[in-house]
Order: sequence, then structure tokens, then C-alpha cells
Amino acid sequence: MTETINGAEALIRALEAEKVKHIFGLPGGAILDVYDRLYDSKIRHILVRHEQVAAHAADGYARASGAVGVCFTTSGPGATNLTTGIANAFYDSIPVIAVTGQVPTKMVGNDSFQEADTIGIFMPITKYNVMVKAGSEIPEVVRKAFIIATSGRKGPVHIDLPKDTQQQKMEFEYPPVIRIMKRMAVPQGHPGQIKKAAQMLANAERPVIISGGGIIASNASKELVKLAEYLMIPVGVTLMGKGSFPDTHPLSLGMFGMHGRKIANDILSDADVVVALGMRFADRVTGDASTFCTNAKIIHVDIDAAEIGKNVRPDIPIVGDARQILSKLTSEISKLKPTKKTAYAEKVKEFIKECACCQDYEYDEKPIKPQRVMKELNALIDEDTIVVTEVGQCQMWSAHYLRIDRPGGWISSGGLGTMGFGFPASIGAKVARPDCKVIDIAGDGSFQMVLQDLATCIIEDIPLVVCVMDNRTLGMVYQWQDLFYNKRTSATLLDHAGVGKGRAVPEVPDFVKVAEAYGAKGVKIDSPGEVGPALREALSSDIVTVVDIKIDKDEKVLPMARAGGSIASMILSGRCRKEPYRFTG
Amino acid sequence: MIDLERTRIIAALVENKPGVLHRIAGLFSRRGFNIESIAVGTTENENVSRMTIIVRGDDRMLEQVEKQLNKQVDVIKVSDIDRGNSVVRELCLVKVNAKDEQSKLLLMNYAEIFRAKIVDVNTTTLTLEITGDEEKVDALINLLRPHGIREMARTGTVAMARGPKSTEIPEGR
Repeated sequence: MTETINGAEALIRALEAEKVKHIFGLPGGAILDVYDRLYDSKIRHILVRHEQVAAHAADGYARASGAVGVCFTTSGPGATNLTTGIANAFYDSIPVIAVTGQVPTKMVGNDSFQEADTIGIFMPITKYNVMVKAGSEIPEVVRKAFIIATSGRKGPVHIDLPKDTQQQKMEFEYPPVIRIMKRMAVPQGHPGQIKKAAQMLANAERPVIISGGGIIASNASKELVKLAEYLMIPVGVTLMGKGSFPDTHPLSLGMFGMHGRKIANDILSDADVVVALGMRFADRVTGDASTFCTNAKIIHVDIDAAEIGKNVRPDIPIVGDARQILSKLTSEISKLKPTKKTAYAEKVKEFIKECACCQDYEYDEKPIKPQRVMKELNALIDEDTIVVTEVGQCQMWSAHYLRIDRPGGWISSGGLGTMGFGFPASIGAKVARPDCKVIDIAGDGSFQMVLQDLATCIIEDIPLVVCVMDNRTLGMVYQWQDLFYNKRTSATLLDHAGVGKGRAVPEVPDFVKVAEAYGAKGVKIDSPGEVGPALREALSSDIVTVVDIKIDKDEKVLPMARAGGSIASMILSGRCRKEPYRFTG
Repeated sequence: MIDLERTRIIAALVENKPGVLHRIAGLFSRRGFNIESIAVGTTENENVSRMTIIVRGDDRMLEQVEKQLNKQVDVIKVSDIDRGNSVVRELCLVKVNAKDEQSKLLLMNYAEIFRAKIVDVNTTTLTLEITGDEEKVDALINLLRPHGIREMARTGTVAMARGPKSTEIPEGR
């Protein structure tokens, strides 16, 4: 059935037909027609205070729900403010659709008011983007956007919508006939390669699995656990893969890489067969790629053929959907009737129990140690909790110590490493999953980039917890300066003027007062015993709560591998065992 | 001179619509791929353009070029053109100094040897049109250089495999 409506109405109806329930955005002149139509829609719009928040919230929404996140902004500055969030979604392969208003078609290219080359700006940070040339194209553009965002390796799609196309009358029909000349079918893994991989794994002595974000994207956790348990293979995760394999599983090594666990990096470096699943051998995982697992055969499974051989050359590449491939791989292995790697696995389990990276720490000194905060958080995290993080030390302590047992229980900015991601992503996650407790593990640096959206949490009734790991420094940079720049703390002390040599002005801002100014709750914590009770109370609160925890600014994220160095030789903490964990002795 | 060992001719069939060239050019610069030349034009299908890209790099980079191109939604098909079994051509226009009869005659001689055409002539210059692969074009240009090249325009290479097989457009989704 067709009906005559305008382009703006067509956009809203198309989004409704795609089952969009929530949109994050902030209007402006060039998208007024769309907002006018949104006024009568059942779709809930969450009005943010900065467009960057809209993009991150749509990203967090997508990660928490598995659905596509949608955000709206106006042209020019509205669109450019979205870019950080869209780039973040791009590098983490998250399906987000960004709709930006644009000046009328006839004015495009004239440097009109609030005009920007939005198509050009978004091109390198989206999977696909398109400027609508006529209102009648809108249904097809929207349908294509959803197909592209969610197929194969997922990612953001951007639609630029000139104002006149929003006003044009058109015949609406949905779903529309679409034309994509490219073959979009996802490969399911070459059967011969899967057989070879099965053989290699069956014969392996010290296999290790690396589980990446692709396991979460393809919903393959069950299949992963099945394979790991079938052969008794230790499994570790990348930052993006956290939650894909239960952290409390006895075979769990935790996170690999620069800030990974010593046990994870040691066992990986000692492996004879590495199975890399839905991951891209990012430099933060491999360290110096030429020193990475040099003695191991590598099986690389990814949905994106371009990731195969890009950073690390595998012995057996398999392109396709991880879930399909994992279940085929396990069934091929079972045909070979292999023996389980029991002796190896038992030894690794012993190591896991021993490794300092896998412990909780009761530290009760002041200022509070971040490890103590992590211990308190571990006691509170259950299967209805979504942990979101900012970027930096707060993120790495969380990735290192927190025990996350389900995919979607962990949301963090991986590829782009975006400070200011966590709080908006928490907003998105809470909107997607109001039944869950959502907690943003923030740093005081990151949170200050986006804290104006406390207003959004109050007005839109989005109760979540911001746990500020408050050390008044840009902590990770401060740590690098301490370790690698001769302790010259240039411009990382947030309570000092200039590059840090000026007068100290403590307590700017007072996060409790900031929270209260927005009508939120704020609580300041400076002794370890208060951390647990304060977080527990915040998690049961019905309004957004900022828990400002004063932590030791000189506590580092350790162990760590040097940038560009080998992950097999980490800078250790005093708690770490000096010798590497090796099955081969 | 192009290092033949390390250059590769890639033909990409792409959707014929605005922004596609921008997207591909952006991809190349963003990923640090070295393009020797890129030539774009329509095909037998009005919805499809063909890009012929000469790219230089090591094996890993060349593999990445093909894979990254294949990832683009607007790219329908990517094929590798085997130089040994293909027709490889570019067209070049060169305006060269020819102030006296003697140099005009010499240049006309060159043109004949290279099967180039004289497409314009006047009292002080002469314009040649040459078609061929890059090596042939380069060879003529090297001969012309001492005479003083005033202006030059090259189209970039296009290429097509010999034999009856064609680069078919696969069925869409």
C-alpha cells in the first residue's frame, strides 16, 4: 500500500518499520522537519546535551541490546560533533545509524550557514554513507543502511539528509525494493580449512584461544565454551572480547596484551597453536608483531577477509561467521576422537590460581588503592550488571581485575580509545536494558569531557552509577610519563595550572556539587571501607549517582608491556611472579 | 620507471554514482597505498564504472589493496590483471619544442618509430599522441625530453585480459 507523505515522515516510518524504539539526538535547523514528524512518533527520543553523547549513547545502546543504535543531529557543527562517537563505533565494529540534517540540496557547496562536507568527513569513519538526493530515495536508503550496518563485519552507516528532501512529497512503501550490486552474503568458513584447523588443534600440545569482539558480535560464546571444554583449551580475551568467555571459568586466562594479565601473556607466548577468533591482532594485543607467538601455528578466524594477514600472518586462515565456524570446528574435532589436553590445562589452572593478576586485593590504606575498588565491584557484579568504562587507567584496572561472565556485560572503547565514551555509552546501555544495573567506571579526566549529560540522566529518568576513580590526573598518561619520560609530568596533573608547574587548585570540580547541581546524587569516598556500601547504595538508587572515589594517584596499571615491545616481557608489579609461567618449564 | 616486479594492475567494477572515486581515493591515502595511476570510466553497463588502478608495493600491501577494495560496499568486483596475458594501454599527449625544420623532422621520425600521431603543429611546437603501455610511453617521453617538453597529459593505464572471458558482474544479493 502506498501513501503520499513527506520525506521526514518517510524517515520516521522507515525507522519504525525497522523496529527502532529509541533515538539519541539534538535538533537544529537542518533537521527540523524530521523532528516535527518525530513529535508524533512512538519512538522515544532522548535529548542529549552534546552530539558526541548521542553517538556514544547509540553505540552503547547497540552493544547492550544487540540492536542498531540510532542518532540524529543537525548539519554542520551538529554533524561534526558526532564524529568522535561514530569513529569509535567504526573501530569497534558496532552497528550505529547516524542521520544528519544538511542544508537544502541547492545550497550544498555554497559554504552555506551550518554547512559542512559531512559526507566527506564521515566517509573514512563509516562502513558506508550516502547523501539523499530526493525524498523518494529515503525508504531504500534506510533499508540499505540497516542491511549494511548489521551484515558481515558490523559498523556505522551515515545518512545525510538535505532539508528539501525532508520536505518533498513522496509515495511511501515499506519495505522498498532495494538494489545493492555487491554480493553481501557472509562466508561460512571453508570446509577444508576447518578440517585442517581441527587436525592442528587435535594434535596441539599447548593450544590457546584468543577470543575477540567478533565472538560477541556473532553470539558465539556458547560454542566457544563448548570447544574450550571439549579439548580443555585455556581461553583469554581481547579488550573487545571481554565477557565472551566467562572470567570465572577455570580455563579463563583473562585479558591479553599490553595491560593484560601476566599469566595470559605468558601462556600465549608459550603456545604451540593459537586460535584467534573474531579479533584483528591489534597492536595493543600483540605488542611487537614480529615477536608475537613466534613458535606457534596460528589459526585465524574472522568475518573480515581484510583482517587475515593484515597484522599477523596465520597458518590457517578461515573467513566467516565465528559461530558457524566454531560449531563446525568442534564437530570436526570430535570426529578425530582426540585426547583432551588435561595435563596442560590442569597446570595452567594452577598457574591461574597463583598469578597475582587474578587475585582480589583487600588493601585498606588511604588513599584508596584502585585494586580495592575493583574487589568491591567484583562483589557487586552479577548477571544483571553492565559494566561500562571510560578510557585509561580506570579502564585497564577494570579489564584486568573485573570478572565479567556474559557477553554484553562489558562495554568499553577498544580501537579508538575514546575518553568520554563511558558515561554516554552507559546512558545508551541503560536505555536499552532498563532491567540491568549499569555502572560506568570512569576516570575524573574522562568524566569531565561529558558530564553535562547528567542533565539527560535526570530529565530522561536514566538511573545509573558513575564510579569516578578520582586521582586528579590523566592517569595513564601520567603513568607513561613516570615510566618512560623521566617523571616529567607535563600537563597531566588536573589540579595544577599550565603544564603542571603552577599553583595547585584542589577539588576542581567538586563532583558531589556538580552532581547535585544537576539534581543527581553525589557521594565522596576517601576511605576503603566506604567503597562497597556506597556503590551498593548507588546501584539501588532510582536516580543517577556519582560516586567520587579518591584513589592513589601513584598506583599504576601493572604489569604492562612496553609499546612496541614484546608481550612476553612485561614491566612487573611487586606482586607478580618474576619467572614466566610456562608449561614446558 | 615503474618497478614491474612490484606493481600490479587491478580492475575494480564499482557502482557508477557520486562519491565512489572519493571513497576509493580516500581509502588509498588513508591506508598508505601507493597508486601509480588510476583511470575511471563507464562500462557496457551504465550503472557500473571500471577503475583501473596501478598500485605499487610489497606482496602484503598488494594483498591488502585487493581486500580493502573488496570490503567497500560500492565495489562490485575486484580482479587482478595479469600483465603477460592482457592488453595494457595508456594514452599520452605531449607538446614538445620544435623551433626549426630539422627538429620537426626528427620528431616526426620518432613518431613513426613509436607509431605515435602528430596531432598539432605550429611554428614553435609540435604535439604528439601516443598509445601504449607505460614502458613504451616512457621511452618516447625520454627521447622527447632533450627537445624540451612544454606540456604533457597522461590518461593512466587501462587494461583488459585477452581471450573470450570477460570480467562478469556477479549477481547481487
